[in-house]
Amino acid sequence: MTKDEVKEAVKDIIATIAPDEDLAALDHEQLLRDQIELDSMDFLDIVMELRKRYGVQVPEEAYKELGSLHSCAEYLHPMMAEMELKLLNA
Amino acid sequence: MPDLPRIVITGIGLASPNGNDLGEYRRNLLAGVSGVQPYEIRYFGKTVAGICHFEATRYQSRKTLRRGTRAGSVAIYCANEAVKDAGIDLDVVGRHRVGVYVGTTEHGNVETEEQIYEVSQYGYDLSYWSHHHNPRTVANNPAGEVTLNMGITGPHYAVGGACAGGNLGIIQGAQMLQLGEVDMAVCGGVSESIHTFGIFASFKAEGALGENSDPTRVSRPFDKSRNGIVVSEGGCLYTLERYEDAVRRGARIYAELAGWHVNSDAADFVLPLPERQQQCMEAALQRSGMGPEDIHIVSTHATSTPLGDIQECGAVRAVFGNSRTTNINNTKSYIGHTMGAAGAIELAGNLPSLLDGVVHPTINVEELDPECDMPGLVLNEPRNVGKVDTILNLSFGMLGINSALVVKRV
Repeated sequence: MTKDEVKEAVKDIIATIAPDEDLAALDHEQLLRDQIELDSMDFLDIVMELRKRYGVQVPEEAYKELGSLHSCAEYLHPMMAEMELKLLNA
Repeated sequence: MPDLPRIVITGIGLASPNGNDLGEYRRNLLAGVSGVQPYEIRYFGKTVAGICHFEATRYQSRKTLRRGTRAGSVAIYCANEAVKDAGIDLDVVGRHRVGVYVGTTEHGNVETEEQIYEVSQYGYDLSYWSHHHNPRTVANNPAGEVTLNMGITGPHYAVGGACAGGNLGIIQGAQMLQLGEVDMAVCGGVSESIHTFGIFASFKAEGALGENSDPTRVSRPFDKSRNGIVVSEGGCLYTLERYEDAVRRGARIYAELAGWHVNSDAADFVLPLPERQQQCMEAALQRSGMGPEDIHIVSTHATSTPLGDIQECGAVRAVFGNSRTTNINNTKSYIGHTMGAAGAIELAGNLPSLLDGVVHPTINVEELDPECDMPGLVLNEPRNVGKVDTILNLSFGMLGINSALVVKRV
């Protein structure tokens, strides 16, 4: 999984959580909550969906890493790539 | 009710299995159109249910629909429709002077079952349990979702009253208006019960779940072959105001709440007690300053169970058996049992009778059970009685809670 694919995976999750939002024009560097309506419960939803869909556990102290699509990709990419590898070898 | 302000109904919002507003609902009641359909639910399998088809996104974003509950969504739809129907500007009333009182049979079963199923897909690992569970399952959820949606800052809570919940919500709203706690009440009842498999399984285990090859004929109170309840979802919320306030703002008034009574059987978890139901009706009549002959429609609670219908009919017969001016009907024969919404939604179906003088019938009665027979029953065909001035609305629930609400033309 590439970093761009991680961004797409996060956008897919956000599309489920915030279905009224237009995600096409999201700036990858800007904070998500400054661009679309996302509150703390929504961020918990993102964390939950990452766990369900990709088996990725994001500890509470790392929630700040999910601020923008770019920071999501930077933080999640190693974990999601590792999960992908495990699945391939399973 | 001397020395207390008069309370009137000025707006109605409803979601019924056979209608998304009062006009459609009433037309279908007079045309004999059922809202019961085939239905299937996890673990339980195939059954029937009364299913609503209102446009939830009329008043909610898709995000809030996802975050909230079905009961909350039903309540939001009904509350917005009621306020619109009443022609009230909440800013003029004062949003802090509006109270939301929503009757429910139960709340939280749907959401709890869903979460247990969800974690079962992950080996019962509770780290997959949703952070939305608590706000979805608190008892005030349906009323609270209304305040969030409409920016109402007055009191809100649910009135848990089993299947009497709808009547109790209305009564609570009226009482808060009489006490001066609020200047407008949005009140009634809602149900999301068709989304919990447990309610179907429990009624089945009690031998109280209805069956028939034709879904529209499963709910058949008073019919000799009736064999149980149809579980339904739905809601009905009213705007109530003090009579003087409603007149001052030139509101259309549907009816005045003439009186009510609530009591308890103190007898059994499930089985009703006809003597106490009778006492409840008589006390409501007394408080309304009326006798049996003054009541033109009795809207029965009867749920289509073999024993419950007989017991209720015994109680109604004891009060109204000698009245030649009382017509008796039942709305569950069309829409099934909308549980916490039942009292409110069944009253709404009868309110247009105050205008058109027509009483909608109990449908699906092919052979009247002699033990349910009594003078005044309106069966299968609407009855034009010319003038209807009053309605007695009955709603009873498990643990032996009884409610009787009298409304009259203003």
